[in-house]
Amino acid sequence: MAHRWTNTLNHQDITPEAAFLNRRQVMAGLGVGLGLAGLGGVAQAQNALEPNSYEDITSYNNYYEFGTGKDDPARNAHTLTTSPWTVQIDGLVDQPGEYAFADIMDAMTIEERIYRFRCVEAWSMVIPWNGFELADLLNMAGVQSGAKYVAFETVLRPDEMPGVRFPVLDWPYVEGLRLDEAMHPLTIMATGIYGKDIPNQNGAPLRLVVPWKYGFKSIKSVVRITLTEDEPPTSWNKANAREYGFYSNVNPEVSHPRWSQSSERVIGSGLFAKRQPTLMFNGYEDEVASLYEGMDLKANF
Amino acid sequence: MSIVERINTTARRIPTWAVYILYILPAPYFFYLALTGGLGPDPVKPLEHEYGEIALQLLIIGLCVTPLRRFFGINLVKFRRTFGMLAFTYVTLHLLVWAFLDVQTLDRVIADIIKRPYITIGMAGFLLLLPLAITSNNWSVRKLGPKWRQLHKLTYAAVILGGVHYIWLVKGIQLEPLIYMAVILGLLALRLRKSRSRVRLPG
Repeated sequence: MAHRWTNTLNHQDITPEAAFLNRRQVMAGLGVGLGLAGLGGVAQAQNALEPNSYEDITSYNNYYEFGTGKDDPARNAHTLTTSPWTVQIDGLVDQPGEYAFADIMDAMTIEERIYRFRCVEAWSMVIPWNGFELADLLNMAGVQSGAKYVAFETVLRPDEMPGVRFPVLDWPYVEGLRLDEAMHPLTIMATGIYGKDIPNQNGAPLRLVVPWKYGFKSIKSVVRITLTEDEPPTSWNKANAREYGFYSNVNPEVSHPRWSQSSERVIGSGLFAKRQPTLMFNGYEDEVASLYEGMDLKANF
Repeated sequence: MSIVERINTTARRIPTWAVYILYILPAPYFFYLALTGGLGPDPVKPLEHEYGEIALQLLIIGLCVTPLRRFFGINLVKFRRTFGMLAFTYVTLHLLVWAFLDVQTLDRVIADIIKRPYITIGMAGFLLLLPLAITSNNWSVRKLGPKWRQLHKLTYAAVILGGVHYIWLVKGIQLEPLIYMAVILGLLALRLRKSRSRVRLPG
């Protein structure tokens, strides 16, 4: 079921297209053949989000399996074989098994989602993803009633990934979500950017995108999805539990030991750009705050 | 003429100001790159890191001067102060980029120095270098006498702080800062051996 994410604005609030369409967005719209008449367009008007350039998005990446420099993934990730690709879906599901990427794509409805992307390193971008809701994939596999969490795993191929020769992290990269976070309509599996197949350095052929969490939660090049009863381990939490929590929701009030999270550098805005204030849940507070009602977000960082 | 003699003869001919000018050139070069997109879409961090890394390299070059003379007879002592001043210049540039272009406001600068240990350590390293930069002139050498040598041993502490600062600021376990630290500790270890043997000599 696509297009579940609707915004709170009504038709009177819609900015005339000319007022918010800029050249890049027109190009993005043409690229995916969707135009901007749909809900995506309304969401942009609501937030006045201007996507970063394709060049920025695909040349500035954290994908440590291909090196720790921001430009390493763009340089090294071409070695990754992404076809054929299968995703193993297992654990507490009705139909566990190997799902071919092509079959997944046939079954899913691809839509454009223009999301803010906020890295824990206090920088941010706006990215026009193409993808499908994770909920649709999980429902396809049939989530059993005992499942409470979803665990994800990135492909690990030392022959194709020069960065894994050194134990920067305990490979393979793993991540996890609570089931309600995973089923939330904002949570997508992205397969494209600007209407093109997602490049290797951005997590080809499919990656998680959870826009209200720090970027490292949005695990790349997923080969395994496991429904579990217990909270799964996550890579950065294993590396440094004091600094990286399981939730890692974008929260300007919870300071990270390394970076103040109250503001962010906007990628692509130049050497003298002012930092922008960081928004609670990265600007998706209305949509996701209810998931954490009654939780102490300072303790569950 | 041996290689060592040739190096020493060449070194004698090179004026220190030439080294200074040569090594200061990367500063405007990287700034230009940052301005014109040559450092990628997020120019602040790479510029900050370039200046910081050059500073650390210069401190390490400074540490090489004594072992080069002791073990190989290569005499670059006249450049040691130049390397030190250059290192201080780059540390200062690193600090300025961080404070003005990255963190941007005074309250955030202060909060970062207090709250984040790797920044506290970096700042401590800068403060240790400050008196060394101020006294890097002939007048101070004369005025302070033997105290000058003692004072300038602060370099050892500053360079260790710089190395720790680098290891601590990267995410996860990364190779490059560990290599820097190994080189720093190796160069300092050479000095330990020297001072120990000196102690033993009278006995």
